[in-house]
Amino acid sequence: MVFGQLPYDVAHLLGGLMLLCAFALLAQRRLEAVVKALAAQGVVLGLAALWQGWVQAAPQLYLTGLIAIAAKGVLIPLVLGRMLRALPPGARQEDAPVAPSLLLALVLVGLALLVALPITAGSRALLRMDLAIALSLLLLGLVMMGTRRLALSQVAGLMAVENGVLLAAIGVAGMPFLVEISTAGLVLTVGLLAGVLARGIQGHDTGLLDRHRGG
Amino acid sequence: MALALVLLPAGAALLLAAWPGRAPLLNIAASALTLILAVALAMQGPGGDGWLRADALNLPLVLLAAVVGLSTAVFSFADVRGEGFDPAQSRLYHAAFQGFCAANMLALLSDNLGLMWVAIEAATLLCVLMVGLRRTPQATEAAWKFFILCGIGITLALFGIVLLAMAAHAVLPHAALLSFAALRGAAAQADAGLLSLAFIFLLVGFGTKAGLVPLHSWLPDAHAEGPTPIAAVLSGLLLNAAMLGILRGTAILAGNPAALPTAPFLMVAGLLSLGLAGLSLWRRRDGKRFLGWSSIEHMGIAAFAFGLGGPAGALAGLLHLLGHGLLKPAAFFALGRAARLRGSQAIGDIGGLARSHPALGWGLALAMAGLAGLPPFALFASEFLVAAAAGRMAPFWLLGVLPGLFLAGLAVLAAMQRLCFGAPTLSAEPAGRAALGPLWLHLALAAALGLALPAPMATLLRDAAAVLP
Amino acid sequence: MSALLTQALHAALVVLLAPLLLGWVRWVKARLLGRRGASPLQPWRDLRKLLRKRPLVAEHATVLTRATPYAALAATLLAALLVPGLAAGMALAPLADLLFLVALFAVARVALALAGWDAGNGFGAMGAGREMAFAPFAESALLVALLSLALLAGGTNLDAMASLFREGGQGLRVSLLFALLALLAVAIAENARIPVDNPATHLELTMVHEAMILEASGRHLALWEMGAALKLLAWMALLLAIFLPAGMAPAGAGPLAWGWGALAWVAKLALLGAALAVFESAIAKMRVFRVPEFLGGALLLALLAAALLFVSTGLA
Repeated sequence: MVFGQLPYDVAHLLGGLMLLCAFALLAQRRLEAVVKALAAQGVVLGLAALWQGWVQAAPQLYLTGLIAIAAKGVLIPLVLGRMLRALPPGARQEDAPVAPSLLLALVLVGLALLVALPITAGSRALLRMDLAIALSLLLLGLVMMGTRRLALSQVAGLMAVENGVLLAAIGVAGMPFLVEISTAGLVLTVGLLAGVLARGIQGHDTGLLDRHRGG
Repeated sequence: MALALVLLPAGAALLLAAWPGRAPLLNIAASALTLILAVALAMQGPGGDGWLRADALNLPLVLLAAVVGLSTAVFSFADVRGEGFDPAQSRLYHAAFQGFCAANMLALLSDNLGLMWVAIEAATLLCVLMVGLRRTPQATEAAWKFFILCGIGITLALFGIVLLAMAAHAVLPHAALLSFAALRGAAAQADAGLLSLAFIFLLVGFGTKAGLVPLHSWLPDAHAEGPTPIAAVLSGLLLNAAMLGILRGTAILAGNPAALPTAPFLMVAGLLSLGLAGLSLWRRRDGKRFLGWSSIEHMGIAAFAFGLGGPAGALAGLLHLLGHGLLKPAAFFALGRAARLRGSQAIGDIGGLARSHPALGWGLALAMAGLAGLPPFALFASEFLVAAAAGRMAPFWLLGVLPGLFLAGLAVLAAMQRLCFGAPTLSAEPAGRAALGPLWLHLALAAALGLALPAPMATLLRDAAAVLP
Repeated sequence: MSALLTQALHAALVVLLAPLLLGWVRWVKARLLGRRGASPLQPWRDLRKLLRKRPLVAEHATVLTRATPYAALAATLLAALLVPGLAAGMALAPLADLLFLVALFAVARVALALAGWDAGNGFGAMGAGREMAFAPFAESALLVALLSLALLAGGTNLDAMASLFREGGQGLRVSLLFALLALLAVAIAENARIPVDNPATHLELTMVHEAMILEASGRHLALWEMGAALKLLAWMALLLAIFLPAGMAPAGAGPLAWGWGALAWVAKLALLGAALAVFESAIAKMRVFRVPEFLGGALLLALLAAALLFVSTGLA
């Protein structure tokens, strides 16, 4: 599979779209927009899985894709949206350092390419592209987690990291256990949501955590 | 047999969730049965098929997990009553405890790295539930930190596993893509660059969970804010499972001469953990946080030993994991009981334990002496082995290791002196057999490991060391 | 011969269509807002009226005020003539280099800023200052986006690029998508449209473009207005030539093909104009201080496009 053939081109396009969603995620200040960007990324991830399922003739990838679309594209955004509406309007956005984080993200994408491309020099084009984009997505999610303080934004960052990992996983033909992995990821995120929902960090601001440090 | 070892606690978890009536006793019974199964599995020796495989590397850890599981169940028999949980919390606690044991066994025994990942993730989720069980703001924050940091860690580890599969993609059949045994066999033909990248992610990912610096910050909080039995199993079981994940990575990479050498990474991470914990231990005021930092220190020593490699290094590392897995829960049992009697877990509030409660106080003193690396316990033997091996193979590293060991050991001894000697501050209420039994059992086992390694155990450890680079 | 003819036809269409396009966008916008709206011919009527009037020049204005409208209009007109529209292979095609286009736009921008500054009016200077503050972001984003397109096409000649892309020689590229988004953002900023600037307001705090031509009057104002209309047309034509070159007549085709090409071009322009109107109606203007961030985002997208291009072609 090389550039110029449809399977590669579509996979490339979807990967690029996920990267775009990750940048969109980083550029948001309002939490509602964060949730929307995350949902978009989840849907694109699902589409990528469906596409790979078709290309690799691997039916379990269809399942993964459908789970991703249903959970990450619909269900989790709905829950997060409900959580948001419970917050006072003033708490629905955060004063995040958007511009520096975007710059950092760009540098990290460059870094990911510099790391991924030489390592995979002998591999197939699809794998190289896949790895480069997945690594970028992962680093971008980490940037999101590192630059945000609200609990919900950090959850979004974690899910973005996870999306990157899943993108890498669906690119490996015949990867067993994919269904298990995606359901486990689902469990993780759902558990996370439940955790946030049930307990509620005061004001959902993890900066308050620092008070309990030390001792 | 291996399957039964996973299914038994899992079934017990369901049972405890369904019928919480006599939960504490059932909990102990399930853990005892698990221990019997684990001993039987160890007698049977390495073997197994497909997904679950007992090998020399995980068998010692399985035994340790079963022992710690049983003694923690016994300890929590009395301790949970003191927490003042309502029935729902109590039910959740017992079910999650057995569920955690099942997930941990699965993580240790599974040959399939994907399955191992799923198990560790499940174990983490259950631990988070239990850490946040007290519902105080501090417990919530600790659970949150645990969750977020380990969430990243576990996701990065998954990426490492995916990268391993990518690396071996061309040389392995699809069904065997994630099998540890198959990956080890095929490592020589796998893509070296991808293997190296995979190891970095495995180290960072599982290193977060094992509490290696710089991703350790969840560990002291999670140990301090959860119920004491959770701190014991966190240190005794989960950290070891995470370390096993890293070891599997190193074992695979060792098969490919073109891949990154793993030793320097492990040694640097280990030394950093040891150094930072050695300094940080002096500044702790909270007893359980103190023991949490001590776990970081010991994981660092073990990582350093595995990094040194060779039969001596690997043997020392495994022995260290075992010794720490026995002594740290012992210290938690004693300290947790003392904190319950005093109503505070600050080091400054507890004193003169050896005079007011001799059995408890001397037990804590011995456990902490063991943690400080004094004979006759296993940690003395392993630390001695590490230092000797380092002196032979990498003498310059000793400049970092020895001061770290002394610094941390002295800090532990200083804390021990404050806790156990001086004027008593505790009420006269007896310590209770549920705390003393597990405590002295662990001390006896750790001493046995340190004084004279039983022959079957020695064979097992030597075989395990042969697996590692 | 055919090159000269198409160029002449193109020139006539450009001059004729530019104010019409502006009028069309205003009309669609008015309709969307529920007003009846002025006829699309209104900009032409305004121009005719303004052209008959003598400009009133500020007391302390220098020669710059008199010269800059012509310079800006000349640069913009040349740019509009270079961008292929109805047919490829026009007489000026060899000149239609992307970098040259960027330079022409920069000349027009500098002329406009100088004019705003020259009148000595506070608003003019403020508008010029803002324009110049945004310029580095917009131009760098534009350059990077265009260069990644040039990487794909194998050269910076717009005519060749349009011909190549019309054949579908570039494939399905995510880089193209990113470059398109980046160019759209830059186009919106360059043409002073919502959300960067509002062409229909004279609210002091927010205006950029209007602030600079606040002092212009009569003939000069007509020239500025025509320049703005031409710029909008040139940008839209640029976007169409790169991303939607379908329907363009190939080089050396006959008059019938030109006719169809012209028709297709006008239709595409009308569509894009309508899309612009819809977009402007649906979105709120952003704070002036957020504009660099907006353009920075465009730069980021352009850089991403270039980076992904390296990945997909395996150049790195």
